[in-house]
Amino acid sequence: MLIFEKSRPGRKCQLLPPCDVELVRPGKEDQREQALHLPELSEGELSRHYTELAKKCHGVNDGFYPLGSCTMKYNPRINEEMAGLAGFAEIHPLQPVSTVQGCLEVLSLAETYLCEITGMDAMSFQPAAGAHGEFAGLLLIKAYHESRNDKKRRKIIIPDSAHGTNPASAVMAGFTVVSIPSGPDGCVDLEKLREAATDEVAGLMLTNPNTVGLFDKNILEITDIIHACGGLCYYDGANLNAVMGVARPGDMGFDVVHLNLHKTFSTPHGGGGPGSGPVGCKKILEKFLPSIRVAKKDGYEVERAKESIGEMKSFYGNFLVVVRALTYILTLGKEGIPQASQNAVLNANYMMHGLKDLYSMAYDTICMHEFVMSLKDLKKTTGISAMDIAKGLLDRGIHPPTMYFPLIVEEALMAEPTETESKETLDDAIQVFRELYELAKTDPEKLHEAPVTTPVTRLDEVGAARHPVLRYLFEETSPQGADA
Amino acid sequence: MGSYVPGTREEQQEMLKSIGLSSMEDLFQDIPEEVRFKGELELPEGKSELEVRRAVGAMAAKNHVFPTIFRGAGAYRHYIPSMVKNVISKEDLQTAYTPYQAEISQGILQSIFEYQTMICELTGMDASNASVYDGASAAAEGVAMCQERKRKKAWISAAVHPGVLETVKTYCFGNEMELEVIPEKDGVTDLKYLKEHIDNETACVYIQHPNYYGNLEQAEAFGVAAHEAGTKFIMGVNPISLGILKTPKEYGADVAVGDGQPLGLSLAFGGPYLGFMTCTASMTRKLPGRIVGQTVDANGKTGYVLTLQAREQHIRREKASSNICSNQALCALAVGTYLASMGSDGLENAALQCTSKAHYLAEQLGKAGFPLEHDKEFFHEFVTRSDTPSQKVLDALEKEDILGGYPLDEHRILWCCTEMNTKQEMDRLVQIVKEV
Repeated sequence: MLIFEKSRPGRKCQLLPPCDVELVRPGKEDQREQALHLPELSEGELSRHYTELAKKCHGVNDGFYPLGSCTMKYNPRINEEMAGLAGFAEIHPLQPVSTVQGCLEVLSLAETYLCEITGMDAMSFQPAAGAHGEFAGLLLIKAYHESRNDKKRRKIIIPDSAHGTNPASAVMAGFTVVSIPSGPDGCVDLEKLREAATDEVAGLMLTNPNTVGLFDKNILEITDIIHACGGLCYYDGANLNAVMGVARPGDMGFDVVHLNLHKTFSTPHGGGGPGSGPVGCKKILEKFLPSIRVAKKDGYEVERAKESIGEMKSFYGNFLVVVRALTYILTLGKEGIPQASQNAVLNANYMMHGLKDLYSMAYDTICMHEFVMSLKDLKKTTGISAMDIAKGLLDRGIHPPTMYFPLIVEEALMAEPTETESKETLDDAIQVFRELYELAKTDPEKLHEAPVTTPVTRLDEVGAARHPVLRYLFEETSPQGADA
Repeated sequence: MGSYVPGTREEQQEMLKSIGLSSMEDLFQDIPEEVRFKGELELPEGKSELEVRRAVGAMAAKNHVFPTIFRGAGAYRHYIPSMVKNVISKEDLQTAYTPYQAEISQGILQSIFEYQTMICELTGMDASNASVYDGASAAAEGVAMCQERKRKKAWISAAVHPGVLETVKTYCFGNEMELEVIPEKDGVTDLKYLKEHIDNETACVYIQHPNYYGNLEQAEAFGVAAHEAGTKFIMGVNPISLGILKTPKEYGADVAVGDGQPLGLSLAFGGPYLGFMTCTASMTRKLPGRIVGQTVDANGKTGYVLTLQAREQHIRREKASSNICSNQALCALAVGTYLASMGSDGLENAALQCTSKAHYLAEQLGKAGFPLEHDKEFFHEFVTRSDTPSQKVLDALEKEDILGGYPLDEHRILWCCTEMNTKQEMDRLVQIVKEV
């Protein structure tokens, strides 16, 4: 039941003392006349409402969450406690610099450590999410070419296996997108790349390992081709969890990267955010980085380069997310960071190995931190799709892998177990996947009906989009809001 | 060394063996030698939880938490009900991903649907998205969603928060919209100037209300001027003020945005906050970002899903309305919990206390030789002018553990009051300032 349906006029929580100065109201012409319907509940009822909502969710703590390309690793509890310290949470962003030395130290250390892990020279924490970091990174590339008066570079090359944010970010940054097909091995087709690499190319966007979970062996050649045509190379950090301490984007020839602290560095996803998408770069791009940055002199100071692309949002970015990520890096340290990646890759290969005699793998080779299955044949023979298997997993307490991505694999399911899962969890999940495969062969109808144990069954998404109801309507609300 | 890897060395060996490999190294055999990282990362050694707590705690201790704050300028200290912190700590909500699998994400989806409803109620607008990064990026996305093929120019008030103006500029550097600034005059946006310069290539007019200086704009007149020129009217608003001030809908806005931080989010050295975005019904399909809609399941039971996804990057790729693919869901949950805890009367009361206290402080400061810079209606922020250097005033306050207003320049200070400031604090502040 919605909170509005539980509301009863006159119920309330007692939160504020009476006003201790004379009340002042705005002039008549600026006074609100429109009715305001906010819920009216007692504190106990409110508390139950949100507990009820929490029960209808599946978080990392509720069970296995092998959601490919999202790195749903365990979110350490100490991170939350550190982010909640009053010395961070209650600091105004415009306090005098002498009173925020600890905050600036957090940003400075996080920059140093993340630059070391990625092989970059400088980093800004202002971007609030991965896509925001992509946008910032592309603006750095744009500013670089403009600073050289190289105006004809309007194209960004993106492989067809890329995440949808890549082309969307490129367009927001004013570029046109040149999509290049992947080769049969799932990697960049070098021949096609050479054809596309002209003097109109501003840069290339790539993840490595790529979205099919493979490390592109030709990476040095790829970045060379782009540099030779005068472009710059952008690294989408979505898959960094596979290669920390093993290979660094900076050493692969990338000039700019974004990271997802909410994936690789263990900060919680919050049901869709807040995340943090810092953008890092090599020396040649440093002066273009967004906003003010921390400099260490006698103490910590802040400064902004005059060539900076400007502000991506207000203040220093999602600072408390950076506190969590720094806590994580300090915990793992120089030995723990590479071990996290090694175990992420081990877990993915172990799970893939346990499934590949039944499920066909899109690329049957050693994978990195994730692998992609194609249910094309299963669908042909049984009618059971990737979606059906996913819904079957819901009834068995497992969050499904990413469905129908990457687009270059038909009926794709992309699984990323992460390093924080135990062998037993993987063994159990392998067992469940195998049972579902059997069920697809023996009783497909059962799977079409799944899920049946969840708070709701499959929802009518087409209807939701065709007749959008985007808010609760009170009796007095004009019906206009309901049907857009 | 801390680690969150459960597997023992023996288990790792067993797992490697079962897949036909003998060492961890073998897993990375596809990575060419030339790009392999050799040696050890230059990071500190890993630490136990107790050591980490000490190290990070020591950093927090280097910051100063002011018990008394009279500074706003885009980040506001309001009372945060206990319920808010409790709800956003619930791990099922906190550790989940974006609700792609709707059947096991009804809690998050419902909380966003409730958030959207409350934001529509607050602003009076027809539709809200599930939130974006913050108020400044919401402003920039708001401007971008108004552009049309022949309308590529945005007029933005000089009296908006500087961070908002800068962020809009950055987005326009990307999408190549032309940005024009409407000058400020006597603490408000110059309406006459806009009327003389707006043209048929203009996509939108953006003002902030109350503006950066705390002053109320002639919002309705700006809306009329924008609409007469055939352009969209965007308002940036402070959500607490909507407890008593006219809604953007009442002023005639097509798009209304703002920062949700005052609604239950900590100051947090600037983030995470949340940007809310709303619009009229006819513009709903131009809204960027996630949107939750109500629907039914196979048994006819009511449920919630992410909807109108044909606008979004994972479907449309380079033709998407924006690249944004997250929302600040946990912050939206905090905002929803805050608004539900306050209720309509509670929010009105908070807004009244803010403006009443600001007016009290302004009057007392005036008597102490710090008169108002502008003769305008204001909400909970205002600017004083004085011959005494701003920094001297603020240093004197800092010595007494008070974070004073924000110095705009050598002689002007931007002050802010909220329900958190007691009369006693304000009287003390005035006393200190008098003695400078």
